[in-house]
Amino acid sequence: MFGKLSWEAVPFHEPIVMVTIAMIALGGLALFAGITYFKKWTYLWTEWLTSVDHKKIGVMYIIVAMVMLLRGFADAIMMRTQLAMATEGSPGYLPPEHYDQIFTAHGVIMIIFMAMPFFTGLMNLAVPLQIGARDVAYPFLNSLSFWLLVSGVVLINLSLGVGEFAKTGWVAYPPLSGLQYSPGVGMDYYIWALQLSGLGTTLTGVNFLATVLKMRTPGMKLMDMPIFTWTCTWANVLIVASFPILTATLALLTLDRYMDFHIFTNELGGNPMMYVNLFWAWGHPEVYILILPAFGIFSEVISAFTGKKLFGHHSMIYASGAISILGFMVWLHHFFTMGSGASVNAFFGLATMLISIPTGVKLFNWLFTIYQGRLRFTSQVLWTLGFMVTFAIGGMTGVLLAIPGADFVLHNSLFVIAHFHNVIIGGAVFGYIAGFAFYFPKAFGFKLHEGWGKAAFWFWISGFFVAFMPLYALGFMGMTRRLNATTNPEWVPYLYVAMFGAVMIAVGIACQLIQLYVSVRDRKKPENMCEHGDPWNAHTLEWSTSSPPPFYNFAVLPKADCIDPFTEAKENGTAYQAPAKYEPIHMPNNTATGVVMGALLTVFGFAMIWHIWWLAIASLAGTVIYFVIHAARDDQGYMVPVDVIERIEAEQHKRLVAAGKVPATATRVETSLEQA
Amino acid sequence: MSKNRYPRLLGLLPLIGTLLLSGCNMTLLNPKGQVGLDERNLIITATLLMLLVVIPVIVMTFLFAWKYRASNTNATYTPKWNHSTKIEIAVWAVPILIIIALGYVTYKSTHALDPYKPLESDVKPVTIEVVALDWKWLFIYPEQGIATVNKIVFPAHTPINFRITSDAVMNSFFIPALGGQIYAMAGMQTRLHLIANENAEMDGISANYSGAGFTGMKFKAIATSQEDFDAWVSEVKKAPKQLEQAEYAALAKQSQNNPVELYSSVTPNLFQTIVDKYEGMKPGPKVKHEKKEKEVAATDMDSHSAAGAEE
Repeated sequence: MFGKLSWEAVPFHEPIVMVTIAMIALGGLALFAGITYFKKWTYLWTEWLTSVDHKKIGVMYIIVAMVMLLRGFADAIMMRTQLAMATEGSPGYLPPEHYDQIFTAHGVIMIIFMAMPFFTGLMNLAVPLQIGARDVAYPFLNSLSFWLLVSGVVLINLSLGVGEFAKTGWVAYPPLSGLQYSPGVGMDYYIWALQLSGLGTTLTGVNFLATVLKMRTPGMKLMDMPIFTWTCTWANVLIVASFPILTATLALLTLDRYMDFHIFTNELGGNPMMYVNLFWAWGHPEVYILILPAFGIFSEVISAFTGKKLFGHHSMIYASGAISILGFMVWLHHFFTMGSGASVNAFFGLATMLISIPTGVKLFNWLFTIYQGRLRFTSQVLWTLGFMVTFAIGGMTGVLLAIPGADFVLHNSLFVIAHFHNVIIGGAVFGYIAGFAFYFPKAFGFKLHEGWGKAAFWFWISGFFVAFMPLYALGFMGMTRRLNATTNPEWVPYLYVAMFGAVMIAVGIACQLIQLYVSVRDRKKPENMCEHGDPWNAHTLEWSTSSPPPFYNFAVLPKADCIDPFTEAKENGTAYQAPAKYEPIHMPNNTATGVVMGALLTVFGFAMIWHIWWLAIASLAGTVIYFVIHAARDDQGYMVPVDVIERIEAEQHKRLVAAGKVPATATRVETSLEQA
Repeated sequence: MSKNRYPRLLGLLPLIGTLLLSGCNMTLLNPKGQVGLDERNLIITATLLMLLVVIPVIVMTFLFAWKYRASNTNATYTPKWNHSTKIEIAVWAVPILIIIALGYVTYKSTHALDPYKPLESDVKPVTIEVVALDWKWLFIYPEQGIATVNKIVFPAHTPINFRITSDAVMNSFFIPALGGQIYAMAGMQTRLHLIANENAEMDGISANYSGAGFTGMKFKAIATSQEDFDAWVSEVKKAPKQLEQAEYAALAKQSQNNPVELYSSVTPNLFQTIVDKYEGMKPGPKVKHEKKEKEVAATDMDSHSAAGAEE
C-alpha cells in the first residue's frame, strides 16, 4: 500500500534531525496559527498563491531563496564544525552517513534552491518593468514554474524527516549514485527534487525569452535593453539550452534506478563517464546562469550610484554573450583527470581561459563607469566593490584550475572548494544581495536600513575571506574535499580559522535578518518611504512607475528609444507625463492551476520516491487532467477599466508632487476627465 | 571607541602571517617528485602572469572608488561619457594578450605533463597496478609478483608506471607530494607516470568521493633506495598471505579504514581479470560486415583505456 514507506523512515534515533524537525514543525505551526488568527488565508490565496503577477511571483521566489539560504547555511556551519572537531583521530559529532547527506544537501540547496530562485526572483521582479511590459509573455506558465520549484523545495526538506537524502555529493556521479551503491531513497529524493524544479527553470527560460523578444515597449531596440535584462536574457538562453540536458540525464539515471537499465552502471555495457559528461554539459552553463544576472545587477548598481551611464553598454552585451557561448564549450575542465589525453584537455583548458577575456572586459567596464562618476557609497555599492575585488581573485584561481597541469594536483581539493565559493559567494550571492537591496524599494515602497545592510556586508566579506582563504591553503597542503575527518595536525589551525569565518558569515546573515525587521518596523518613516518609485535617481524604466508598481505596471506603455530612457525623460522634463486619456488595460486572470499542479506533482514525486505506484499514477493523472481542463477554459483575461487606472494614477500623482518630482500645478487627472 | 577598533583588528595580522609563513609545509609547493615540481612551477608561472592584470584591477577599484566618491566634488564628473574606442580596445587587448601568453604555457604544459606519457629516464621503470576498492587501495607489482593493500614502496629516481582501475565506484588515485592524479574507473584502465626525486614517506589518497568509507581510503607511498626496495620485496615475498581468488573476493567486500596488508603472491593477470569483469568499452559481439574495423578496435581496446582516442 505505501511502497517502501514505513515508520522506520523517520529517524527518531537522530537527535539533531529530530530537534530540527521539531523546530520546523513549531515554526510552521506558529505561521499557520498566525495566518488563521489574522484571517489572512483568503488574502494569501487570492493575492499571492494564485497570483500570476510577475512582481508577486518574484517576491515569493526571493522568500523561498532566503529560507533555503538559512537551511543551506545551517548545513555549512555543521560541516565546518564537524571538520573543526574531527581532527587527529576524533570522529567529530557527525557519522559519515549523516555528514555525507549534509554536504550533498548543502550543494544542491545552495545552487538549485537558493541561488536559482534568488536570481529568478530578481529577474521576475525587474525584467518586465525594465522593458516596459505589463507582465511576462506567459503569466500562468510563470506561476507554474514557481510552484514546480516549490515542489522540489518541499521534497528536499521532506527528506530531512522522512527517509534520508542522497549521500553522493551534489554531482551524484554513478556508479555511486546507482542502485547498487546507493539503494536508499536519498538518491530518489535528489532525482525528483531536481527534476521538478529543473522543469520549472526550463519553463522560466522559455517564458522570459519570449518576454524580451515580444513584450518590449514600442521603440525599445534589443541593443537598448537595460543590461540586467540582457544578462538575464543570456542566462535564459543558457537555461533553455542546458536544462533539458539535466532533465534527460536525470531521466536516464531514473531508468537505471527504477527499471534496471544499465546506462550508467559498471556492468552490462553501462558507462558512468557518459553521466559525468552530461552532468557538466548542464553543470557548467549552470554556473554562468547564476553569475550572469549578478553581473547585470552590478552594472545597474554602478551606473545608478555613480549617476553615470554604464561604460560600454554594447561591449557588456557582447561580453555576456561571449561568456554564454564559451560557457557551453568548457564542461570537460571539471574532469581533466579522467584521462582524456593531452589534446582534448588542452582544448578545453584553452576554451576555459578564453572566458576570462570577456569577464576581464566586464571588470574594466565597471571600473570605467566609476571613472569620472560621483560614486555614492550605499550598501549596494559596497557589495559591488567587494565583488570586484573578490571576483578578481576567484577568477584568477579559476583560470589556474583551467590549466590541466595545475588541475592535476588541485582537482577535487579544498582549493576547488575555495575557488567556487569565491566566485559564487563573491560573485553571484553578493550580486543577489545587492540586487535585493536595490530592488526592495521597488517591490515594497520603502528602503532597507542602510546601517544594518553595511554591517551585513562587512561581516559577509570579511567572513568570506577568513572562511575560504584557509581552504586555498589546505588545498595546497593536499587536503581533498568531502572528507569527514582529518588526521594531519598541520591542517588543524586552518580548519579552526575557516570555522571562525563561517561564524562571521552567520553574523552577517543575522545582520540581514535584523535589517529586514528594522526596515519593516520603520517603513513609515519619511526618509525610508519611496512610493513615488525612484529612490536612487536611476536610469531605466522600472523606476518610472510607482513603488510598488500598480498591478498593470504602466498606465501607458513608456517610450524608449535610447539606452537610459528614464534619465533622458527626466532631463527633457517628459518624465511622469500623463496622457490626455487612459485606455483600458488588458490583464491576465489569477489562476489556481499552478499551485494545484505543483501540489499534485509534489505528491507524484513523493510517491515515486517511496515506490507507492498507485499514488504516483493517480497524482500524475490528476496533474494532467487538471492541466487539460485549465487549457480548455476560454480565459481571455480581463480589461482594467479607465476609472480604476485614473484612481491609481491620481494617487501616484499626489506622491510625485509630495516628493517634488513634478510641480503641483500639473493637473493630469482632471485634464483627462475634462476630455472624457 | 573607534580608535580602539583598529588595533584589535591588527591583532589578527600575526595569525594570518603565521598561516602564510607555514607555506613551506605545503605539500604541493614543496613536492618530492619531478612531475610535482613541474606542476608547481606551472602554478607559480600562471599565477604571476595573471597577477599582471588582477593586481591593477584591484588597485584601480580602490583608486577609482575613492577618487570618484560623491563627496569629492573636485573630481571631474562626466555623466554622459560612456564610450571611448581607445579604452575599449585596451580593455579587450590586455586580457587577450595575457591569455595568449597563458594559452601558450597551457598548451605546452598540457602535452608535457600528460599523465599517460612515460617519463624519460635511463632507469628501467617499475610497474604498479592499482585497484580502487570500497574503501581501500589494492596494489599489485606484476614484475615482482607481490601485492599490498594501502601501502606502496618503490625506488626513488625510478619512473613508476601506474596502471589504474576500480572494482567498485569511481575514485581518484593521488599522491599529492609526487604530482598528478587520475581517476580509477571500473572496466577501464587509466595510467599515471610519476617519479620520486628523493627518499620520502608520502600520503596517498583518493581524491574523488566514493561513499561512506572515503575518508579512510588512504595509503602510504614510500620512496626508498633501490637496495631498500629490493629488501622490502623479498620481505613481502615471505608474507603469509597470498592473494588468490577467494582472498580477493573477501578483500573486495566493503570495509573501512583497512590496515596495511602484504601478499607474497598474486593470481596471475589479476589486474586484467578485474578490468575484464565489466563490459567497459569493450567492443560488442562481432558483426560480419564490420570485421576489419573490429580487429583494429580489438587491439586498440586491449587496455580498455578511458582515453579511447588517445590510445
